[in-house]
Amino acid sequence: MLKTTPFHTRTSALVRAQTWRRWAGYQMASAYDPHPDREYAAIRNSAALIDVSPLYKYRITGRDAMRLLDRTITRDMTKLKPGQVYYTPWCDGEGKVVDDGTVTRLDETSYRLTSADSSLRWLHLNAAGMEVRIEDISERAGALSLQGPLSRTILTTVSPADLTALKYFRYVDTTIRDIPVGLSRTGYTGDLGYEIWVDAERAVALWDALMEAGKPYGLTPAGVWALDIARIEAGLIMMDIDYFSSHHALTEQRKSSPYEINLGWAVSAGKGPFNGRRALAAERIRGAAWNFVGLEIEWDSFERLFTAQGLPPQIPNVAWRTSVPLYDAGRQIGYATSGCWSPLLKKSLALAHLRTPYAVPGTSVGIEITVEHQRRRASATVSKLPFFDPERKKA
Amino acid sequence: MSEPVAGAAKSPSYDAVVIGAGANGLVAATRLAQSGLRVLLLERSDALGGQGAIVEFAPGFRAAPLGIDPGWIPPAVARGLGLESLAGDPAEASLSVAIAPGSFLTLSRDAGRAAEAIKVHSASDAAKWPAFTGLLHRLAGFLGALYQTPAPDVGLASAADLPALLGLALKYRALGRQEMIEFLRTLPLSVWDLLDDAFESAPLKAAVAPGGIQDYRQGPRSGGTGYVLLHHLVGAPAGMVRGRLPWRGGPGAFTDAAEAAARRAGVTIRTGAAVTRITVHDDAATGVVLSNGEEITAGAILSTADPSRTLLDWVDPVWLDPEFMHAVGNIRYRGCTAVVLYALDTLPEFPGLESRDALAGLISLTPSVRALEKAADAAKYGEVSEHPHVEISVPTLRTAALADNGKHVMIARVQYAPYRLRDGAAWDAARREALADRVTAAIEAVSPGFGARVKHRVALSPRDLEERFGLREGAPTQGELGLDQILFMRPVAGWGRHATPIRGLYLGGAGAHPGPGILGGAGWLAASRLLADRRGGSKGA
Amino acid sequence: MTPRYDAIVVGGGHNGLVTAAYLARAGKKTLVLERRDLVGGAAVTEEVFPGFKFSVFSYVVSLLRPEIIRDLDLPRHGLQILPLESTVTPLDNGDYLAGWADPDETRRELCRHSPRDADASAVFGRLMHHMAMAVRPILGMVPPDPTSLSPGDLVGLLKLGGHFRSLGAERFHALHKLMTMSSADYLDEWFEFGPLKATKSASGIIGTFLGPRSPGSAYVLLHHYMGELDGAFRAWGFQKGGTGGISESIAGAARAHGVTIRTGAAVERVIVRNNRATGVVLEGGEEISAKIVISGLDPRLTFTKLVESRELPADLVEAVRRFKFRGSSGKVNLALAGLPNFTCMPGEGPHLRGAISISPSVEYLERAYDDAKYGEFSRHPYMDIVIPSMIDPNMAPPGKHVMSVFVQYAPYDLNGGWTDAKREAFGDAVIDTVSRYAPNLKSLILHRQVLTPLDIERMTGLSEGNIFQGELALQQLFFLRPLPQWSNYRTPIEGYWQCGAGTHPGGGIMGASGRLAAMEILRSGS
Repeated sequence: MLKTTPFHTRTSALVRAQTWRRWAGYQMASAYDPHPDREYAAIRNSAALIDVSPLYKYRITGRDAMRLLDRTITRDMTKLKPGQVYYTPWCDGEGKVVDDGTVTRLDETSYRLTSADSSLRWLHLNAAGMEVRIEDISERAGALSLQGPLSRTILTTVSPADLTALKYFRYVDTTIRDIPVGLSRTGYTGDLGYEIWVDAERAVALWDALMEAGKPYGLTPAGVWALDIARIEAGLIMMDIDYFSSHHALTEQRKSSPYEINLGWAVSAGKGPFNGRRALAAERIRGAAWNFVGLEIEWDSFERLFTAQGLPPQIPNVAWRTSVPLYDAGRQIGYATSGCWSPLLKKSLALAHLRTPYAVPGTSVGIEITVEHQRRRASATVSKLPFFDPERKKA
Repeated sequence: MSEPVAGAAKSPSYDAVVIGAGANGLVAATRLAQSGLRVLLLERSDALGGQGAIVEFAPGFRAAPLGIDPGWIPPAVARGLGLESLAGDPAEASLSVAIAPGSFLTLSRDAGRAAEAIKVHSASDAAKWPAFTGLLHRLAGFLGALYQTPAPDVGLASAADLPALLGLALKYRALGRQEMIEFLRTLPLSVWDLLDDAFESAPLKAAVAPGGIQDYRQGPRSGGTGYVLLHHLVGAPAGMVRGRLPWRGGPGAFTDAAEAAARRAGVTIRTGAAVTRITVHDDAATGVVLSNGEEITAGAILSTADPSRTLLDWVDPVWLDPEFMHAVGNIRYRGCTAVVLYALDTLPEFPGLESRDALAGLISLTPSVRALEKAADAAKYGEVSEHPHVEISVPTLRTAALADNGKHVMIARVQYAPYRLRDGAAWDAARREALADRVTAAIEAVSPGFGARVKHRVALSPRDLEERFGLREGAPTQGELGLDQILFMRPVAGWGRHATPIRGLYLGGAGAHPGPGILGGAGWLAASRLLADRRGGSKGA
Repeated sequence: MTPRYDAIVVGGGHNGLVTAAYLARAGKKTLVLERRDLVGGAAVTEEVFPGFKFSVFSYVVSLLRPEIIRDLDLPRHGLQILPLESTVTPLDNGDYLAGWADPDETRRELCRHSPRDADASAVFGRLMHHMAMAVRPILGMVPPDPTSLSPGDLVGLLKLGGHFRSLGAERFHALHKLMTMSSADYLDEWFEFGPLKATKSASGIIGTFLGPRSPGSAYVLLHHYMGELDGAFRAWGFQKGGTGGISESIAGAARAHGVTIRTGAAVERVIVRNNRATGVVLEGGEEISAKIVISGLDPRLTFTKLVESRELPADLVEAVRRFKFRGSSGKVNLALAGLPNFTCMPGEGPHLRGAISISPSVEYLERAYDDAKYGEFSRHPYMDIVIPSMIDPNMAPPGKHVMSVFVQYAPYDLNGGWTDAKREAFGDAVIDTVSRYAPNLKSLILHRQVLTPLDIERMTGLSEGNIFQGELALQQLFFLRPLPQWSNYRTPIEGYWQCGAGTHPGGGIMGASGRLAAMEILRSGS
């Protein structure tokens, strides 16, 4: 039996097309509607409610909690203030990314780490010789992501928190209709949005409260498919899709440093010792061999491939997650790892690993497209990430 | 990578601090000082010598509790420190085993004489004995060659290692085809199978087997005890199957000579100086902090304490890779040896023992390999053997000065007394004395009236050995001699060459290659590594 | 006079059949001689009780080399491996530990006992994957002799050295640990939940005379993962119709290539003239000539029964004497009127289609070993139980079942020797122990067959009942298996070869020894 999240009794009733998938051992909705477009549209137009409970969550407390996190992640923990959230990767000793996630400083001495993969063993290995308590609260806590332009408006009707004061990547303990929750202004959509953390026992009540409050504002439950399109538009990477955790990679070539997956900004060069510090310092001097970029597929070259076969261009309504080779003339220079048709930008987008010399915005590369059982190439242009970055995200 | 080092402008008080003044520490410090370094040698106890230290355990009675086997000085160490004159006592160093009350088998170092004694039990075994001891001697000899260089490592070997590797390969080939195979076959073998394949006589097997389990929490049936047997024979003269010759000048001779060499070389020695921390800056060791809070800066640190204490207790974990710490944390120590020291008015009688000279050698009271295995079983479950394996020796027969007025000292080494007891039970005085009572009873069984001659008795449990000698889990090995913890796997895989992930921090104790009983072996190699790194600039690992 | 055959294979076990099939495939006129009335050796299916079929000895397949399956096209000859998907360990507190086919389900189950172990298990699995990758080429090579200076051996050694270097330091070191440690110590570095460690370490002791705390027991842990690595072939599971079906499929492939197989033909000795094998003499006196003779029997029989010791160098005879067999396992086969009801998982369920492992703790296994060390069978043995009729309904009459209980330890050298009474006492100890976890078992038993190592020796010929034709201990592996200098499938007698599990890599229904022997024979131009 797969696990189900604390919201399962509510979400399962809404999955009309039985479109289920696995996410970290949980049974999750790919989409609620038979056709997922409406769910995506809600993220960009009104608000969407997404069950993100399968994220792994850890509560870290104790004398050395800050030291543990500081030696683990690449950002400088000494600068994280109470009520602040970091998005950060963390590395192994060779400076290869193990996972990425968020660290929230809940109060002076306690922290919450979220991660894509289970991190208990890694945290304990890192905590050797330290006085720290690591609690896996993954199953005790439910998590909902409320994303979209109207998300703040909806929350205002149910929460006493001063939401105008809650800035981007900030956190506050508050209530929603008297249900104690943790509220962070974070998300995986690149839009205005919040993530809400709740005790599993109160999860269903929270769902109901939000759905009811959101009704007048078009709040729509959204599944993983819609989320996937939004996160590609936002240029956000996904572990084991866009990069392999160094703990999962079967070969050295499959591992990536933060610099190679566009997370160099999250490596704090001047901070104290942390995993991979030496290797990353060396890489900074050497320069990363690979870069992670956005690609916009050039429409005309794309359409021509279909026209040649007497077909209209085919655009999937869900994101793809297969590795696709990229070329400069005849030579392979990289690979795209996920992509989608952006219903908002009206462009075909991809996230890609490119050898550094090609990673300059504006560079034109060839991307493999299979049309009518034949491998062809379309042109694509290297683009800065994110593809979509509305002002409301941080406003 | 070079980032500015805060405080680098201030020159350190010493070029090198060596931690621990046992054999390895004395040798390492001397080697470093001879190369022109300003060296400080720190010893936590008040006496030098580490495991070879002599203690006065009762008024007028002295002994080196862990010194039954004095160990072996590799030739380079002897030459380097000018210890060539430190000779083993050529007097008979026999090995005896109690077969039953009133009956002993005594194996002389002289293979011919030993064969005579064996003949009583088995003529065919007697005929095989000289060849068997010769083979052990040659196999241990090759191991000795391996112990004088950094351990070759297929995983890490670089072109620079080739000459040393070729040298070893030639020595290996020199064994001849048959013995090359025997060498490879013997390492993973159990000493039980090794002896079963060779001999039929139970007392003979019982005499040899304990060499395979010395300080090892395994029984003679366990694979790898063949290697342990060979390890303890490295440097032993031909014909000996347990341990090495005692020093002519008594158990303290090595420490005295090594201390003199260290002082000649200009080493500053401080006793009663316990390290509590190694300071690190920018991935490099910068000094040590003592228990009184005193900070001493140094260009390099060479620790002869065990790897876990050095790396896990003394270094801030943020400087170490989590997987590396995990590997260090997994080092198995598993002390299982206890020692009982007896102060005797007069020499006890051992009816059936061929001469009292045998008491100056080693006498095992375990009559069969099976009994040895049974003794080991308890330790697997965290229990003390009901019938422990006991080996005794009377050092005062060689070195009368160890006791006043012609009195005697007997050392009994006891296995198995696991450091970690079942359900977390403690090694309290009651448990320790209960074990000592069992030992006294075992001796009494072959030496009627023994108990009555005992003036004082001091028992040292693994817990006591840990406290007194600074040995983690009371293990004289600083890491048990399993096949996964030797050579290039010692102390942990990938770090078999005395350096650590912290620049300027070196491991040179028994926990490093070549391990325990090789006097100054690890210290010498670690010092060589330190000097090479200084010459070539600090390259880390 | 020209010999009647190009090659005679003595012994129709699975390795002998593999060798014969490969030789015939290369055009050699090949005869297989099997003492029993059916081929397969220790891989046979027999209807021991009317209507109840048993894989009498070996009962699961995990390591059958994929290249053999491909080369001999075994599925066409009846190879059909059915999934054996779970392992359930009943615990003494009434709970259980389960490993399921689905990784998410397994993870969830592990989390119930230890979340850290669930994490560690994933990392461990990947390491084992790498280790299995590292070992796989070694299973497929003729061991070079590190003491030889012959060009062939030196090239082999360089290849091997190159292989180890290509692994990188980290994996080479991990492999070294796996080869030298005890399974209990090895698993202690990874896991904290006792029954998990016990169940995993149990695979390290199967067929050996080692306890889980004995150094050298860790590397057999790999075997399980080797099977997974070749998972695409579904080589891990239960052969339709029982293990004999595998032997039959190889025999079928061999016959299709022209091999003659004679059963009920016991070879008395190999004829040696002028240090050259020229044929065999059957019990009853029939002589059959051949250019070469290949023994699929174990090293003791190969070197001391089939030929005269005086034909061989003295050091080789001595080395054979030192070669350790020490059969340590027994088998209890039960015909059941219904399904056992395990207290920890009452009723019918998926667990009955997998293995039930009686391995509640490492100490339990170690104490079972202690009994055997001193010449007794384990009072509470380690057991690996499967109910083949749940996987393949053809194994038992409808509604009835067969249960296979692999038992360890049962020493060949039992104090006072094995007698009928002791065999039954051993059987009782097994049933009593299983009944602690499945109390209705006794009431279901229609028939029982108890096999001690002595029975295994008598029935299959395996010396001392060792199911691997010789202990899989480090000093008997690779270029030391079976004997130093003779790990290349040859013997000092020209034209006399070995192909049994007593040669590298040996052990389990793998077929690798048989295949490597055939390749070496063909390469030598014999």
